[in-house]
Amino acid sequence: MNRNIVLCGVGGQGTVLASKLLAAAAMARGLPVMSAETIGMAQRGGCVFSNIRLGEGVHSPMIEKGTADLILGFEPGEAVRMLPFLKPDGAVVTNACAVVPASASLSGFDYRGETMVEYLQKAVKKLVVVDGQAACAALGSPRVLNMVLLGVAVRTGELGLALEDLLEVLPSQVRPQFVELNRKALTFNL
Amino acid sequence: MHKEFIMGNAAIAMGALASGVNLVAGYPGTPSSEVLETVAKKRKAGTYVEWSVNEKSAMEVAAGAAYAGARVMVTMKQVGLNVASDPLMSLEYIGVKGAMVVLVADDPGPISSQTEQDTRTFAMYSKLPCFDPSSVAEAYQMVQDAFALSEKYGTPVFLRPTTRVCHAYASIDLKDEAEYQVHQPEGFVKDSKRWVIFPRLAFANHAKIEARNDGLKTEFADYAGNRITEGAPGVRKGVVAGGISYAYVQDALAKLPAEVRPRLLKIGTPFPFPEPLACEFLKGLDEVLVFEELDPVLERALLFTIGHNSLNTKILGKLSGSQPRSGENTIDGVLNSLREFTGSSVPMQECASKELPPQLPVRPPVLCAGCPHRASFYAVKRAMAGKKTIFCGDIGCYTLGNAQPLDMCDTCLCMGAGLGIAQGVGHIEPDTECFAFVGDSTFFASAITGVVNAVYNQARMTLVVLDNSTTAMTGHQPHPGTGKTLMGEVVAKISIEQVLKGIGVTVVETVDPLEHAKAVATVKRVAAEPGVKAIIFKSPCIAIVPPHEKHAVDDAKCVKCKRCIKELGCPALYLEGGAVRIDQALCTGCTLCAQICPTHAIGACHE
Repeated sequence: MNRNIVLCGVGGQGTVLASKLLAAAAMARGLPVMSAETIGMAQRGGCVFSNIRLGEGVHSPMIEKGTADLILGFEPGEAVRMLPFLKPDGAVVTNACAVVPASASLSGFDYRGETMVEYLQKAVKKLVVVDGQAACAALGSPRVLNMVLLGVAVRTGELGLALEDLLEVLPSQVRPQFVELNRKALTFNL
Repeated sequence: MHKEFIMGNAAIAMGALASGVNLVAGYPGTPSSEVLETVAKKRKAGTYVEWSVNEKSAMEVAAGAAYAGARVMVTMKQVGLNVASDPLMSLEYIGVKGAMVVLVADDPGPISSQTEQDTRTFAMYSKLPCFDPSSVAEAYQMVQDAFALSEKYGTPVFLRPTTRVCHAYASIDLKDEAEYQVHQPEGFVKDSKRWVIFPRLAFANHAKIEARNDGLKTEFADYAGNRITEGAPGVRKGVVAGGISYAYVQDALAKLPAEVRPRLLKIGTPFPFPEPLACEFLKGLDEVLVFEELDPVLERALLFTIGHNSLNTKILGKLSGSQPRSGENTIDGVLNSLREFTGSSVPMQECASKELPPQLPVRPPVLCAGCPHRASFYAVKRAMAGKKTIFCGDIGCYTLGNAQPLDMCDTCLCMGAGLGIAQGVGHIEPDTECFAFVGDSTFFASAITGVVNAVYNQARMTLVVLDNSTTAMTGHQPHPGTGKTLMGEVVAKISIEQVLKGIGVTVVETVDPLEHAKAVATVKRVAAEPGVKAIIFKSPCIAIVPPHEKHAVDDAKCVKCKRCIKELGCPALYLEGGAVRIDQALCTGCTLCAQICPTHAIGACHE
């Protein structure tokens, strides 16, 4: 099995932990894993992405355009930005809620998540839109968006992994006091 | 052996530990910081680690340990090497006992750096052998090979990964602790003929270094990190690649039809260049395309090889105009070049989206919501409004003070340079109020000599120290002002205020920037003083302390003047259908927006 996965969002949304959990789950299945992360200045509110590549015979940690099986958007505009990486029949799972940058507020650019979601609905055949804000509110923590999205993504079947694979490795990736909260987020039903 | 999913930088750290490293010193800098952090986390009792005050100190501490026979590593980013270059250039002439690996992370793009300098070029200049890994697994192997080579020849050796290797993760085989080497340093043996650099010694050792490097050209021809992969029969084209570009080339070549596949030369030691292997590779080739980032190091070495051996192969790369001269390579760019080069008609990968996307927001990195630097910059901005000023910035999170609407960073050059630039401008424009902003870690790293220079040479300027009690941009490393070391010891904090007073700065005031009115008054008072004076804005980074009560906007009181948004640019503040909102996930309760709201419409949410 080979899979190319793009996680994207805004610095601080927790893409790195999500990609580590995904990698750990794939490794537990005996798959070789490679990934590339954005670390550094962009983590201060800039665009961040993780490329994850599962399977044999892979050398580059970076994904070529038009080859991603799934894009997991933590922010709808960032999912749109990464769309050139999606393969023609690829899937997108995205949070509906926009993160409005200070630059948009200042320049008077009326940036809306709805516009992004509408575009994605036209451009992508396999699309799942998640109300991340509502999910986080229901779970009582703004910090679990990454797990909610990952849980939805794995249930699409596009990752070639099962929810159980993620749950099994969860305790090895988060501190003991957060295992239960993250488990709830991964299994959260919209 | 066991398998682990590990970051490139962590793999380098684990490789150093497997080599029995006794001491590792460094200064944080993206993309290198995780190397030393991982050594610190995974080390055993026999390994000493420190965040040195800067790269020069790290190099000198490591040199001393290596003189005493230890296996040592020094870690830094590429611009850090500039700071460490003074001791390193001489150290190459002296050499080391034990072993020394100089880990320098390059940053093509650049993604988080001031320059696109190439440590492979520095290796040629300084005459140090250089390893250039193309993957996480190879970085793990090469750091061990670098220790072995260093010990064999008594020379410091470069390991120079780039961002895409440093920050890549891969599941790789790591040695178990039982397989680690154990190295017992012999201790320093007095011998002034060996350890004291004099012109005579430099002359004698120079010749030895050149002879050694000539020999390494042949030795490296047999090194596993340099290798030829044969192409399809009859194909008279070749490809050369090093670093992460080699990974891109491998994936790209797998997409081309087998019958057009060119011969491939991978270079893992750009210096000394394995010339005999290159000659073997070039045999029978008409044209060669080179993939590398930053300087055309491999391309030049190939051109030299061709001239030196009277060969007749055309070399395409950066110098020939075939490849981009700046920025990082991408797998898409490599694939396109290879399609053209091999004349293969593989169709371009189709993308899912055909429609033009809607306008997307630009997302420059910004100071975090609640960042005390925002309050400090805003206080100075208000206090100096209407005056002729220059605000000299420096390297750290606070470089982001340049963004609108703060616009409080007129210059930024390198670590600690803001102080000197403020002095220079002041000598030419005496009517300008010259400010230099410097963070606490940068202050200790490279600003103190600038203060001494200012006081001694009678400059007129205001130094603003942004003290957030950590090294924030690179991931919150401790420094001399924090009272903690990387070994976990609690030590006396070095007081920035006492340092400044000791140098002779006459006015030194410390104030909390989040007390806005008081902060503005302090700036006005201190700026009016003659000579060199300093303000220390002291407030911890939001990432190292728990948040205060979150704030919200009372729509009944808000007159929608948007002053908070327009003046502060805090990412927690945004507009929703004309109404000002505060993102509850981001707000830290710093209260700066509440303090400047003209109608007192912002207050704490009492839950």
